[in-house]
Amino acid sequence: GAEPVALWHEAASLDGVAAVVLPGGFAYGDYLRAGVIARFSPVMRAVASFAAEGGLVLGICNGFQVLAEAGLVPGALLRNRQLRFLGRDISIAAERLDTPFTHALAAAGQPLRMPIAHGEGCYFADDQTLDTLEADRQVLFRYVDAVGGPAAEDDRASNPNGSLRAIAGVVNAAGNVAGLMPHPERAAEAILGSDDGAAIIRSLVESASRSASSGPAVAVAAR
Amino acid sequence: MTIAEAPVEQTEPLHRRLGLTDDELDAIRDRLGGREPNDLELAMFSVMWSEHCSYKSSKPLLATLPTAGEGVVAGPGENAGVISIGDGLAVAFKIESHNHPSAVEPGQGAATGVGGILRDIFTMGARPIAVLDALRFGNPGDARTRHLVDGVVRGVGGYGNCVGIPTVGGELVFDPSYQGNPLVNVMAIGLLEERRLTLAAAPGPGNLVVLFGSTTGRDGIGGASVLASATFTDDDPSKRPSVQVGDPFAEKLLIEVSLELIDRGLVEGLQDLGAGGITCATSETADRAGTGINVDLDAIPRREPDMEPFEVMISESQERMCAIVRPDRWDAVREVAERWGLPVAIIGRVTDDGDIAVTSDGAELARIPAPALTSDAIVHRRLARAPEHRRAAPAPGVPLDPSDRLPERGMDPGAVLLALLGSPNLASRHAVFEQYDSTVGADTVVGPGHGAAVLRIKGTTKALVASTDGNQAVGAVDPYAGAAMSVAEATRNVSITGARPLGVTNCLNYGDPTRPEAFWQLSEGVRGLGDACRAFGLPVTGGNVSLYNESPAGAIAPTPEIGVVGLLDDVAAVVGPAFVAEGDAIVLVGAPTPGLTGSAYAALAGTAAEDGIPSLDLNREVALQAFVREAITRGLVASAQDVAGGGLAVALAEGAMWGGHGASVRVPTAMSPAVELFGESPSRIVVTAAPRFVPALLLLARQHGLPVEELGSVGGDRLQIQLVGAGATGASEERGSTITDTLEVPLTGLRHAWDHGLARALGWEGS
Repeated sequence: GAEPVALWHEAASLDGVAAVVLPGGFAYGDYLRAGVIARFSPVMRAVASFAAEGGLVLGICNGFQVLAEAGLVPGALLRNRQLRFLGRDISIAAERLDTPFTHALAAAGQPLRMPIAHGEGCYFADDQTLDTLEADRQVLFRYVDAVGGPAAEDDRASNPNGSLRAIAGVVNAAGNVAGLMPHPERAAEAILGSDDGAAIIRSLVESASRSASSGPAVAVAAR
Repeated sequence: MTIAEAPVEQTEPLHRRLGLTDDELDAIRDRLGGREPNDLELAMFSVMWSEHCSYKSSKPLLATLPTAGEGVVAGPGENAGVISIGDGLAVAFKIESHNHPSAVEPGQGAATGVGGILRDIFTMGARPIAVLDALRFGNPGDARTRHLVDGVVRGVGGYGNCVGIPTVGGELVFDPSYQGNPLVNVMAIGLLEERRLTLAAAPGPGNLVVLFGSTTGRDGIGGASVLASATFTDDDPSKRPSVQVGDPFAEKLLIEVSLELIDRGLVEGLQDLGAGGITCATSETADRAGTGINVDLDAIPRREPDMEPFEVMISESQERMCAIVRPDRWDAVREVAERWGLPVAIIGRVTDDGDIAVTSDGAELARIPAPALTSDAIVHRRLARAPEHRRAAPAPGVPLDPSDRLPERGMDPGAVLLALLGSPNLASRHAVFEQYDSTVGADTVVGPGHGAAVLRIKGTTKALVASTDGNQAVGAVDPYAGAAMSVAEATRNVSITGARPLGVTNCLNYGDPTRPEAFWQLSEGVRGLGDACRAFGLPVTGGNVSLYNESPAGAIAPTPEIGVVGLLDDVAAVVGPAFVAEGDAIVLVGAPTPGLTGSAYAALAGTAAEDGIPSLDLNREVALQAFVREAITRGLVASAQDVAGGGLAVALAEGAMWGGHGASVRVPTAMSPAVELFGESPSRIVVTAAPRFVPALLLLARQHGLPVEELGSVGGDRLQIQLVGAGATGASEERGSTITDTLEVPLTGLRHAWDHGLARALGWEGS
């Protein structure tokens, strides 16, 4: 229901969009560390202002890494536990449905099948931060195991990157900026093997059209 | 380094140090009107007359291949084959080797292999949508092999993942013949609007020659001549500077700039810079258009100071592109490149004299007729001689010695199946392909690991289907049969999804062509490839020849790597190999022929010596594939899997494991249990179908003149195979009388063996 527009990395403004998606990819090649260069791209200043004013921002995979590098969401993404890139299907479950990113999901705790494809997806924060995130309900998604419970940190099948407390996605304290490592947009049609991710995208689009009277949703090109 | 300091023994004359023979030097003099080439010219000839660039040994053979076909809009000689797929769209595809660079520096060698083949695709105006990589190594338990596998996999992934093109399939094969010379063959597929087709020509004297992309450095000096065109002597560090270094982010920018230039109609011709660098790009584009090019050496952006003219002219620095641009469009071209942050420069002009001329500071440094470097390069008539001791294939239909029964060999059929499923060549490849991004772009319907890859085409109901296959095991005994079987398997893998094969690309990996036996293998391989493609009515639209695949350990088994692309009209109707529903009937179409040589079973059991290779009947194969496509189109088929590595037992086990359903079958036997269960004779497909469709399915198979047998049904939690009534040929109810062998394994056991085999073989378990 939204019109996607690509924004150039050197753009100074967001052209009045209703929401921002930072997509996956390898920003500027990510030779040093994922997202560490992209956080300095001019458009990120505009994204930060947009977020500060309450605008909705969703970072997927590399987009999550960029948001974390930019300090717009808590935590950091370290190299996968096995030190190898991992591309495979996993399951995540939403912790809460009362967010602009999850409200269209059928139920909290319900496994959602979608791919991961990253080399640096191990979610990390110190224990105190993790405790705070959990207390403040800022954990948005967790990797879940075969029976639907949160995956253990050493459960290679269900939490292959070794994310602490199986965290797959988080939201900022204000609740308007979220990031997740898995790819809901690659699991949004049955022909691709799963459409479990569609409800996450739909949540964002519906929230954006509710909160903004005009303007299209936007994807920022991760170069 | 000056040119006189080129590596290798300094006492040799320069042309030999550059890899040219005395005869070739004479031929060069001929093409220069009798005069001596200067050092720069000699360097330019040395890369362009390398095997890699000139195909000087293989050209006469390749000329015999069928290249015409329905919808072909670009064939051999262009950077990639292009075939129309309707709706104004076309598919561009090609496979290429990067064997020797990967042996020297596996990570960069493989990475730049991916980069090079992607450039061949977008040079045509196509957006790359998929990569398949066919990898071959020696013993997986060997430390050096493990180093190579790890590096190559990281290289393929590091480049493809970063540039954002999904790696959706390929092969991983271990064979002792690759111990000193691994094979890294990469296939890329692209999609284009047919009207955007761009050719690599330099028309219009007065037009500008524009170079954009990375700057030119000393990396990859003489890659084509030094690395790709000589026999390998172990891990030679002196060759390391000849391996190029890849920059996938620069490639991503190069894709966007190239496609934007094409989309806006700003270029007259486009050619990527690969082997032979600027020399190759200018001479090939000029020769194709019947023009010349004057290169202004001083205008070429450099990565480092003090480069010699020859270094600039033959550098194989990666991620560079050459465009032919009308003078009035230069400003627009420059704007596009600069917006994407890529260096761009006018490095020359198209001329009408037919020569590649190189000038610097007002002086002319070189002048060579463009055809002399490309279409009129030397062609060698090599000697082909079959080896003296060749093992004949058993005559079709002749059973093996009936005593060749598994129990007599002390082998339990179930244990054999588990050993095969866990063997390095048949076990799950997930430990490797999970290091690739197979879903980027959100078009991957079927990714790596379960047969051919399937990619939907956005905005249509269609999908492209692709497979790469190469049969070196049969080829080692009979290179003709090995090549024909490779084509049969690659096309079969495409057909069993329901797709119609469109065309063939090939990467011919062989040994030293100056050795008559190796050249015989190549010529037999090309003959097999041609015969098979003619039988299928398929065009060979391009590919690559990689010779000198030898090491002190010996030559590789002849390896014709075949890439096939097919078209599925309705992606929703795609059929996979996994069993779908309890109660579905399991039907075998086609019948085995004797011969275990080259099979995974023979490698395991060591029975090949007294045996032969199975035979291939191309007419039956063509009928089989036509049958399965029609059956799928009519909706009769729930799943389809070809019988390949590991034979019928492995095909059934894969269908069961991947579908999560067991199966119970009875196989009427005409030959030894080993041939029936584990033989790899071609032209067989296991299909499952809802019981109500079985009569129609059997009838359709018979209408296509194919043997067909209902073996049993899908169901339960185990795979049970009974071999019944050896030799019985009567009505099916009589066959149930004698059970000669029984194989019964729970699905969990199959899966465990299959899942862990590769990681265990490579020592990755627990990493």
